[in-house]
Amino acid sequence: MSDKVGIVIVSHSPEVARGTADMVRQMVGTAVPLAHCGGNPDGGLGTDIAKIIAAIDEAWSEAGVALFVDLGGAETNSEMAIEMLPEDRQARAVICNAPLVEGAIMGATEAWGGASLDEVRATAEELSPA
Amino acid sequence: MDSDLTRKLIETVAQSLIAAEEELTALDQAIGDGDHGINMKRGATAVLDGLDGIVEKPTGEALKATGMQLVMKVGGASGPLYGTLLMSLGKAWPESLDRAGLAGALEAALAAVKARGKSDLGQKTMLDVLGPAIEALAAGKSLEEITAVAKAAAEATVPMQAVRGRASFLGERSIGHMDPGARSSQLCIAVICEVLEGVQ
Repeated sequence: MSDKVGIVIVSHSPEVARGTADMVRQMVGTAVPLAHCGGNPDGGLGTDIAKIIAAIDEAWSEAGVALFVDLGGAETNSEMAIEMLPEDRQARAVICNAPLVEGAIMGATEAWGGASLDEVRATAEELSPA
Repeated sequence: MDSDLTRKLIETVAQSLIAAEEELTALDQAIGDGDHGINMKRGATAVLDGLDGIVEKPTGEALKATGMQLVMKVGGASGPLYGTLLMSLGKAWPESLDRAGLAGALEAALAAVKARGKSDLGQKTMLDVLGPAIEALAAGKSLEEITAVAKAAAEATVPMQAVRGRASFLGERSIGHMDPGARSSQLCIAVICEVLEGVQ
């Protein structure tokens, strides 16, 4: 298991999630644990808590995981997903208030450099207007 | 609450939401992303599919199980919001069911939905219907009066400006449309009151 913070990308669109993950991979290669998911339980636009939980598990690192989400429902469903994690993991999964693509790339770059979960989040959130 | 009534309530609410798919979608297309109808239908269908397992549980547990189905199956923000409402209601379900106990449990559930959506009354959401309806229940109003309060409350979201959810992107342009979540909440309340009228 990597000692670097993991990155999880959650979009309403499976294609956006995959494309964002491709861009992150191009920046940081395979050194950073990375997982992505998108689409509702029927595969249409939306998000699916079961898929979000699976993505968090896939990208899990003892250093924690940073989630990047696109629109409202992705955030609400990600919050529920985090609450359904084992209790000792809940505090180490955080949603970053940042634009999806830019946030994931900046966050992953920080993670690649060995930053802590708080540092990854802070760097990504600098991209959001205060 | 006896399991026949639980079944009837869940079944009738789910079927009404499925029947309202087009209307909810049209409302959501005006100010949101147009998926509220199909999402609620997906959730309601999943609840109906698991209904036998749900109604054999005690009422509190049955509500939690229904909420969990919505959380896992809806796919949009309404899943966690309605799911949180039912799961919190189930958790707070009173041992002896009377008006004060029910109102107290609903108030706890409303507080949980506010926290989940980081929202409050007056922001053009489902809360604007649930809040006044629960208040009417607590104040001793009849089923007919509660139905009327919920209907007026849904209509009162038309002139509001959205500050939460996708509709908030529209800013002032969200004014003039009924909130889809307020409408689905009102629909559920109307159907529940109708079923309860029938058993009185």
